[in-house]
Amino acid sequence: MNIWLIMLIGGLITFGMRFSLIFLFGKFEIPETMRKALHYVPPAVLSAIILPELLYRSNQLDMSLGNTRLLAGIIAILVAWFTKNTLLTILAGMIALLLLQLFIGT
Amino acid sequence: MNEARKTFWDGVRAEFPLLVGVFPFGMIYGALALNAGLSTSASQMMSSIVFAGSAQFITAKLVSDAAPALVIILTIAVVNLRHMLYSASLAPYLKNLSLKWKVLLSYLLTDEAYAPSILKFEATGITPFSHWFLLGAGFSLWFTWQVSTALGIFLGAAIPENWHLDFALPLTFIAMVVPALKNRPAIAAAVSAGGIALLAYGLPFKLGLILAALTGIVVGTILEGRKSQRGTL
Repeated sequence: MNIWLIMLIGGLITFGMRFSLIFLFGKFEIPETMRKALHYVPPAVLSAIILPELLYRSNQLDMSLGNTRLLAGIIAILVAWFTKNTLLTILAGMIALLLLQLFIGT
Repeated sequence: MNEARKTFWDGVRAEFPLLVGVFPFGMIYGALALNAGLSTSASQMMSSIVFAGSAQFITAKLVSDAAPALVIILTIAVVNLRHMLYSASLAPYLKNLSLKWKVLLSYLLTDEAYAPSILKFEATGITPFSHWFLLGAGFSLWFTWQVSTALGIFLGAAIPENWHLDFALPLTFIAMVVPALKNRPAIAAAVSAGGIALLAYGLPFKLGLILAALTGIVVGTILEGRKSQRGTL
């Protein structure tokens, strides 16, 4: 499918969710279970993207010390945990990857 | 009208610290989208058509992985589900507005516009001009997002290949997720989703991502339910 069509449908869905309960006010409320579930969407989706990004290299699981992305990712996770600073986390991860690749290669 | 303008600028001012944080994200998105193979115009237009940070990052990534359209659209839907919470939470404060206003404010309803607006509404309640606050917060964020995307596209083209710009994507997500892991259900949701994503990586059409996300959501919800049940005993 065309990227423009994907964006258009994705945009309509996003708008629909933002508009949904403002529009339906008084007629519909989010059930309690769904309200709870919605809180776990960000950690679940984002982790499901992060881990394969760090651990798969060209479709192969790589848990060795030679996996520079895994090491740089662990450094970024530690920086995020201790500083809670988004830009510092991204910067630390990028610099770690560049340095590790200088020393370890690939 | 003066009161409206004043409230609008109150919204812009409340949004300002968030704009400072959003600007570099817009730039990273612009550079990444281009890097993922989207055209300049598609990269830029996604910022106004979809207008949702993490969904845009993920779309760029899935497009570069050649994931099927249906999976991309489903993923955008799952990632943006949380906006229904914001919609529900703001609805009582916007109930008297015309449909036009509701449509406009819904379009501008992002995480960053929601946060200062709900605080303001809870403090002041509904006033004849209170919705201008959300307009100020939402519009200033929208404007910043468009400009920073454009700058990112412009600069992204100049970033050398061996800088591994694509790595900024998992790093951005790490920066978003890790500080949010405040309790056991959230950690369990993240770990189980990550684990399933690794195991199901080989599934076709990137279905592993959706399976993993749903697993994480279910695990987190069940654990929270258990915890609150125990709490009442």
